[in-house]
Amino acid sequence: MTAMRKLLANWLPAYAFLYIAFLYLPVLLLPVFSVNASPIPKFPLTGVTLDWYAGLPQTPALLDAAWNSLVVGVAASLLSTLLGICAARAITRYRFPGRRAVSGLIMAPLVLPEIIVAISLLLVLLQLGLSLSLFTVVLGHVLICIPYSMTVLTSGFEGFDRSLEEASADLGESAFGTFRRVTLPMVAPAIVSSLLVSFTISLDEFVMAFFLTGTDPTLPVYVWGQLRFAAKLPGVLALGTLLLAASFLLLTLAEMLRRRAERRTKLTGGVLA
Amino acid sequence: MTAAAEGQATPRIRRAVQKSLLQSEQAQGWALISPTFLFALVLLVAPILVVIAHSFWTQDYLTIDRTFTLEQYRIALTEPIYRDLLLRSLYVSLLVSVFTVVLAYPIAYFISFHGGRRKGLWLFLITIPFWTSYLLRVMSWKVILGYNGVLNSGLMGLGVIDEPSTALLYNTTAVVITLTHAWAAFAILPIYVSLEKVDRTLIEAATDLGDGPLRRFLRITLPLSVPGIVSALLIVMIPTVGDFVTPRLVGGKDGVMIANAIQAQFGKASNWPLGAALSVTTMAVVTAMAAASVFIIRGAARLAR
Amino acid sequence: MPERTMIEIAGVTRSYGAFKALDDASLSIREGEFFSLLGPSGCGKTTLLRLIAGFDSPTSGSIAIDGQPMNGIPANRRPTNMVFQSYAIFPHLNVEQNVGYGLKRLRLDASEERRRVVEALAQVSLSGLGKRGATELSGGQRQRVALARALVMRPKVLLLDEPLSALDKKLREQMQVELRRLQQAVGITFILVTHDQYEALAMSDRIAVMFGGRIAQVAAPKEIYQRPVNRQVADFLGGMNFVQAEIVGEEAGQIVVDTKAFGRVRTDKPKLFQRNGGSATLGIRPERLRVLWDEARAKFEVAGTVVDRHYFGEITHLIVEIPGLEKPLSVTETNDFGADDIPVGTPIRLAYDPDALVAMGE
Repeated sequence: MTAMRKLLANWLPAYAFLYIAFLYLPVLLLPVFSVNASPIPKFPLTGVTLDWYAGLPQTPALLDAAWNSLVVGVAASLLSTLLGICAARAITRYRFPGRRAVSGLIMAPLVLPEIIVAISLLLVLLQLGLSLSLFTVVLGHVLICIPYSMTVLTSGFEGFDRSLEEASADLGESAFGTFRRVTLPMVAPAIVSSLLVSFTISLDEFVMAFFLTGTDPTLPVYVWGQLRFAAKLPGVLALGTLLLAASFLLLTLAEMLRRRAERRTKLTGGVLA
Repeated sequence: MTAAAEGQATPRIRRAVQKSLLQSEQAQGWALISPTFLFALVLLVAPILVVIAHSFWTQDYLTIDRTFTLEQYRIALTEPIYRDLLLRSLYVSLLVSVFTVVLAYPIAYFISFHGGRRKGLWLFLITIPFWTSYLLRVMSWKVILGYNGVLNSGLMGLGVIDEPSTALLYNTTAVVITLTHAWAAFAILPIYVSLEKVDRTLIEAATDLGDGPLRRFLRITLPLSVPGIVSALLIVMIPTVGDFVTPRLVGGKDGVMIANAIQAQFGKASNWPLGAALSVTTMAVVTAMAAASVFIIRGAARLAR
Repeated sequence: MPERTMIEIAGVTRSYGAFKALDDASLSIREGEFFSLLGPSGCGKTTLLRLIAGFDSPTSGSIAIDGQPMNGIPANRRPTNMVFQSYAIFPHLNVEQNVGYGLKRLRLDASEERRRVVEALAQVSLSGLGKRGATELSGGQRQRVALARALVMRPKVLLLDEPLSALDKKLREQMQVELRRLQQAVGITFILVTHDQYEALAMSDRIAVMFGGRIAQVAAPKEIYQRPVNRQVADFLGGMNFVQAEIVGEEAGQIVVDTKAFGRVRTDKPKLFQRNGGSATLGIRPERLRVLWDEARAKFEVAGTVVDRHYFGEITHLIVEIPGLEKPLSVTETNDFGADDIPVGTPIRLAYDPDALVAMGE
């Protein structure tokens, strides 16, 4: 039995590291080939160059797409966080009939094939006579960002001890004052974290944008268009690397904030243990 | 003390108001969630109903004929091309979800049982690749698996093969590999959560009653983590069936899936009712397959005890 | 101390659907009193406290504080402040900011606000810790911060929801003494919710014992302990020997009962007394029975045999079988004379005071 345990103990970490390698392999190849001198992504590397990056700012279409993505990302993250706050707060703070069903519906886009969500939305928007634009992309992105916002916010709100708000009311503070002085400062990290996460999702999201975009493409839609041309590949790799770095940065920040929020809200519960 | 003064100023409140105060908990909850709920209702539920409606209509060039007909479903289910695409999509999503879950389980187990104080870091490490652009990851796989790709050049460099293999890209295998990679985090997290919920004293109790590591894993840990396995399977299987980026980029001719056909109906082919019928059929069939899988897993778990 | 009523609770019921968390409770609490609500979990004591604080509204009935009806007045406008069971220390604020939280609303000038915070911190012996972050406090310190934060508001009534339950035994006992001293110093009405009978007995001026949403008895600690109205109250406050007796006479608020073991006893008629045919239940606390050593004699005594013995350090519980009693008596005896050495099977005589035998409702 001890031999067995030894095998298990050694087999698992090795597997874990292999798995991590598998997860990171495609992600890490992007930056590697983005500085490769040869336009064809293959080993061995032929030399290091930053030409592909230098070429990016000289592509107006790309700059437009980046701007579009920024606009869509900011709008979508603000809206989805706002709607997420309402829903997460309602679910963690109040008990009401239909609570589970409603939250299930809000989370549903997470487990539905994205293409089906996208084409349904497309059909309705066209029926309503709305022309496709960045606005329609924002609507689609908000729909798929809300489940993530909800998850981040609910975990931030959940540990929140209700007696803190009662204590505030007990000390004479009004409902709004309590929200401003107690609730908001404590959940602020979760809110920022939700903003960052939804911005990242919107920045990287392709399917919704592909169906719902009008004449202004977002970055992923632009990248999709470029993929047909082998010659454009190194530029796409460079762009991808930048997007990767941006996502990584935003998410690290979001994670740090989420943990800080968790530490804060956990505090009062911890005493009772 | 001002509290008391303010209290005096408040007019006396009658029984009716008091009653509404009691119900206010529910009312406030509903009021608060309603914006989000309405958003989901208008942009998710209504659109899906519209799609279902379309699936019973027909289209003649640009005009939609709103007479009820099952014609689109007949086409979706009997035309060999759609039938084959649907079956292949189901096959791929089943394969992908099983692979993903099987590969993810040990990782989730490792993090939960051996992660120690670095659990958070491990989870973060695992979710990072998932957050990066899906499109770029698929493209990266194309680079890895291609004729001149990383894998081929690597294998040739090592002398394992003499000429590049074409078996890697533009087929179902490539689709399965790419999707298994894409959905890893979605499978690891639910399994991890369910493993975290397993009371460690139960495992100690099993040991105390004479079970060795393997037996207590099969008799305690695995059955108790079934909910996680089930949700991991569902969360991977259902969305995967509708993927059209991966088949398009790495699937080649025989890797095409039903979503590509759906996309075509809403794009070039422009036959919305057929696209709608294909969507509804796909959802219905994948839901049935998911339900069957859940049923089988639960049954197996019951037998294992 | 003037006997002025601070809180008047009249026929208050709080139901959740069919379940009555609080059932027709009526109670008046005097100004400056240390009052405890005692009972097992789920007895309605916390519900009552939250109704007084204004976190919940009664289904029916009314609550008045200092003559003002409180129906419909929210918690933030009531002259009460609360020490929460979890303390509810705001984790994003330091000690000073926590204590000064409620003062901010009052718009005092800065020096006055500062003076009151310092004073409150001194009252709870936390002077000098004002800048300490809420996360860096020990359990006892949190408790003090919570107390200071409530006291600084100078409430008419201070509500304490099991404030000591999260502390370890030593600290709890120390805080009991401190709380009592603090209450006497500030003269504010304290209402303490607790499930610990010793805590309630040690600290309170009066206690309300609650069961199943109802108030069973309201009285001073000594009376609650010595003259419980029914078996439930008697049991909750410590060990009690119950003896069935026959009622042989009744006059002017008293009854005369006859028991086989203790003979004829005259006792006050209990509050909830119902004639249960011709019989009544009597109770006597284990420590009111004394072992008679050697040839010692007492005016009132019963004889029996030791059937079991439990050693508790400074005391020993003897289980003594008495002929004619359906259940053996439990006797608590200090160990100074060697009660811990009495072998099982020893014949023994016990002295008692007939006044210690109280009649009670079921």
